[in-house]
Amino acid sequence: MKWNKRKLIDKIMYFLTAACVVIAIIPLLSILYTVTISGISAINLDFLIQLPKPVGEAGGGLGNAIQGTFIVVGIACLIGLPVGIFAGVYLSEYGENRFGHFVSFVADVLTGTPSIVAGIFGYTFIVLSFGSFSAIAGGVALSVLMIPIVTRTTEESLKFVPGSIKEASLALGIPKWKTTLYIVLSTARSGILTGVLLSIARISGETAPLLFTSFGNMFWANGLDQPISTMPVQIYTYAITPFPDWHAKAWAGALVLIILILILNIGVRFVTKRKYGM
Amino acid sequence: MENKITVENLNAWFGSKQVLHEISLGIEKNGITAIIGPSGCGKSTFIRCLNRMHEVVPKAKASGKVLVDDKDIYDSDIDPVDIRRRIGMVFQKPNPFPTMSIQDNVVAGLKLSGIKDKKTLDNITEEILKKSALWDEVKNDLNKSGVSLSGGQQQRLCIARALAVEPEVILFDEPCSALDPISTSKIEDLMLELKEKYTIVIVTHNMQQAARVSDYTAFFLYGKLIEFGETNQIFKKPKEKSTEDYIIGRFG
Repeated sequence: MKWNKRKLIDKIMYFLTAACVVIAIIPLLSILYTVTISGISAINLDFLIQLPKPVGEAGGGLGNAIQGTFIVVGIACLIGLPVGIFAGVYLSEYGENRFGHFVSFVADVLTGTPSIVAGIFGYTFIVLSFGSFSAIAGGVALSVLMIPIVTRTTEESLKFVPGSIKEASLALGIPKWKTTLYIVLSTARSGILTGVLLSIARISGETAPLLFTSFGNMFWANGLDQPISTMPVQIYTYAITPFPDWHAKAWAGALVLIILILILNIGVRFVTKRKYGM
Repeated sequence: MENKITVENLNAWFGSKQVLHEISLGIEKNGITAIIGPSGCGKSTFIRCLNRMHEVVPKAKASGKVLVDDKDIYDSDIDPVDIRRRIGMVFQKPNPFPTMSIQDNVVAGLKLSGIKDKKTLDNITEEILKKSALWDEVKNDLNKSGVSLSGGQQQRLCIARALAVEPEVILFDEPCSALDPISTSKIEDLMLELKEKYTIVIVTHNMQQAARVSDYTAFFLYGKLIEFGETNQIFKKPKEKSTEDYIIGRFG
């Protein structure tokens, strides 16, 4: 092969981009590796279904934290998904005005807001009003993080639906609301679900907003108006103690959290796999 | 001739730009009326005014009268949704619903207006696909995706979808411009069959197509109706100089 300047630059650029991929992947693999190695030994069935035990006592687990994470994330979804999806529909279908642009802008700002701010919001509005840390306060705080992500991804996915599809539906005499609900949303389904999934993965690992909303609890959940244990907070609690046994449990907790999010990812991909190739 | 649609002094705008000027013409019942003219002359806008699809575009508006069976579809008490149901439309690029099967595409309009009975829908699917000359090609693949079909089949599927809601008029907006000659001739044959029961308006860039299928032809230029008459007369003895220039290919 004859070497010239153009081909040389081509090779260098190819090498640079490949090198950047490797650099980007190293921290990810290294985290997965460390968490797996440090956490795997503490994982067993008891770890997944038992309550934490006091320091020094062998055994015990994060059962209540896993339960609590499902409850708090569930509450966040109940609030965040409808609000986020409908706000996204509004922005995409009716948002070509100053109010719409303003909401888009606010959603962008909110997406970049530090998560502790969401915690302060939950603390001020729910914890102080009801006079107690609670699962609901945690869910509300997480939904504040969730809504802008879901709103923006829904809006973007809907904007990808070709105008010709909407026109085809309107020209059949299908009213606009039915067109949006049954034709446009269904065409954008996989994009919207990807956004939903990303937002759930994001909030499942949030610690800061939960520290002073859902707080923590060493026992099984006992009411949505009561403090509740969650995995990120439990991991945090274990990690800052001086006990090696609890450190191992923190690693194991982190591993379980990563695996749960991975399962969620795979599950949603499986469910949203397009019925028809496009 | 008995007119299904009578257009009186129709004007249309996109924002402040006027794209149609004082159009008046009659569209014959159970006939095929072709609209010809160079790109940007307002052909598509004109037929989109006939089923109130023009106003779907932001900032688009129209004035004047469009009488369908002597009732103005721009009257304030008229719901555009009802008008679009009576006046169906087939677009330039085939646009089947990508997430739906062939059968669901055909009955989409019916399903969304509340017809759920499977037997009824099955019967309608067969009847309509036969009417659109697509049944023999897809009868074993009704559950496959609508977008898995070839371009020409997709366009006939879109025609079937429009027919299923039982319109009185069908508007074709350059329906063959993305298709090969064989698919084109199938769709032209189909149109000739359909005019027994429906009133048809077709926008086309293809002069031969207008001459082959239409009974009446309207020539548009710069948003104005230049000449309207029987297709034979327009192609053989145009009255206007610009019509003749366009038809013989001197511009456009």
